[in-house]
Amino acid sequence: MNLRRGFSRFLGPGGNPARALPRYFGPLGIVLLCLLPLPLDNYLRAVLWQLGIYVLLGLSLHIIVGYAGMFQLGHAAFYAIGAYTVGILNLRAGWPILLALPVGAGLAGICGYIVCRPILHLRGDYLAIVTIAFGEIVRILLVNDAGGWTGGANGLSGIARPAIGGFVFRTNLEHFYFVLVFVLLGIAAVRRLEDSRLGRAWMYVREDEAAAEAMGIDTVRVKSLAFFLGSVGAGLAGGLYASRVSVISPDLARFQESVTIFCIVVLGGCGSIPGVVVGTLAMVALPELMRVVRDWRDGFLGLSMILMMIFRPDGLWPRRRSGLGT
Amino acid sequence: MEFLAQNLLNGVSIGSFYALVALGYTMVYGVLRLINFAHGDLFMWGAFLGYTALTAISAAGLSPGPWVFVPVLPGVMIVLALAGVLLERTAYRPLRSAGRLPPLISALGAAFILQALARNLYGASYKTYPSSVSLPGGVRILGDVTMGTTQIVAVLAALLLMSALHVFVHRTRVGTAMRAVSLDHDTARLMGIPVDRVIAGVFLIGPALGGAAGMLVALRYGSFDFTLGWTFGLKAFIAAIVGGIGNIPGAMLGGLILGVVESLGAGYISPQWKDLIAYVLLALILIARPGGLLGERCAERV
Repeated sequence: MNLRRGFSRFLGPGGNPARALPRYFGPLGIVLLCLLPLPLDNYLRAVLWQLGIYVLLGLSLHIIVGYAGMFQLGHAAFYAIGAYTVGILNLRAGWPILLALPVGAGLAGICGYIVCRPILHLRGDYLAIVTIAFGEIVRILLVNDAGGWTGGANGLSGIARPAIGGFVFRTNLEHFYFVLVFVLLGIAAVRRLEDSRLGRAWMYVREDEAAAEAMGIDTVRVKSLAFFLGSVGAGLAGGLYASRVSVISPDLARFQESVTIFCIVVLGGCGSIPGVVVGTLAMVALPELMRVVRDWRDGFLGLSMILMMIFRPDGLWPRRRSGLGT
Repeated sequence: MEFLAQNLLNGVSIGSFYALVALGYTMVYGVLRLINFAHGDLFMWGAFLGYTALTAISAAGLSPGPWVFVPVLPGVMIVLALAGVLLERTAYRPLRSAGRLPPLISALGAAFILQALARNLYGASYKTYPSSVSLPGGVRILGDVTMGTTQIVAVLAALLLMSALHVFVHRTRVGTAMRAVSLDHDTARLMGIPVDRVIAGVFLIGPALGGAAGMLVALRYGSFDFTLGWTFGLKAFIAAIVGGIGNIPGAMLGGLILGVVESLGAGYISPQWKDLIAYVLLALILIARPGGLLGERCAERV
């Protein structure tokens, strides 16, 4: 098997790796995840929370890049849109977080849909470039205090914490569980999508758009749905971020952020859900724990990206292939 | 009227730098179909290497005047040309046959490395070239429209480098080989063209021009930091796309258009929204004419 293969083979054909695991693996994993932060100190709990946010971001981009095969390098824009929507609704209109979260996610999704429509026909790297430009446009709008709502370069502060009934999520541990719920829901949703009619259509479009079109798949609809759903996920992650940190700035829409999310998907192994988790560990946890060499963090990241591409281009946890293909 | 003329002039002057950097992006894209994200950071290194050289000259007891550019500019260009070839050998050549995504990631990785190096070696603060290297005075071009001497020389240098490149690509054997490789690797190889060496040649020229642009931009703007490659480089990249990526005259045209549009936008709308204009221009061009102004028409897949 040649390690260096083209993009479509790089992503691999269908097949669900989760199937190979025993049935009890899922519930056991959830229990372990719930117990995981208990022995850890407060700092590590915060890192776990951060990982949760990035897994959500990775999962959402995974729909666009992994399934539908579109290079989206401006994903952080939708993350920022979700965060700012939640922040503005909470600060200006006094909405509780739980009510603002779905609105933020929905608005990010709608923005994703509107943005992608005119650019869907673009080829791989051209699409990547327009999405970079869109990310920068969002960041500049936020920095320049568009409409007087975004607080300019300082961003927004004082966003409330999420609350259910009388219970307010305050500590790192509580926030971790709050995010974990969304991560588990997200994983379940993405797995269901993968085996759905829509998921198969995405992969068909990714492998061969012309053939998919000929088989009666409405490629424009299918691709814009990928963008919509992916952006909803990013918006949700943004809202969750805003409600825990309570201070948000235009840095959320930085290109570096988009690249991080993109690398989570690609380095983890395009097209696999465990890959997203492994990718998050590699891109976020590792640099976070390497704080000693913090100044060289980006350098190491860059070096590992190049080495990965040369020696293990399928990603850390590639998608298992079904009998057909390769 | 004078306001318009002054803005146009500023636009042309910035645009010629965009064009110089855009050439590096466009040449690499032409032969490899790769967005060389690291090019902007090589350009940024040009500014930093120039800074090091000027500091060293001052430390040696010589007072740096405008003359220092005569040895330093070619020196920086040579160092960056070597860096470009090294980059191609280590980060891109092993991925030549790996499709389009892996080299893209590798390029992003290289950009991260170059930025981290600059930040750690030079610190995150803004750097300035000593004011003594600037040429004094300015030229009154029309009424109150003026242009600093330094600015004029920098623009002329940029135009000179671009003309040299044009002649090189169209009048020499190596240039012809480059054009052949950008059309079709396999056919070029069958015609006896050493494709690998031609590609290395592209990585020699692009970063050299980028490095020269880095020094000239640092001279013109006065201060810069390690994010220069990102902020200015991305704009130059946009210029390459506006003109039609992979197309050398396109990169020059795109650079000039972007510079003028930006400068007019800053003058007539607001300097605050200047950056937005570039991105909106890019989005409009790509939606309406994805191949760029002078590029191939290629909306769909290859």
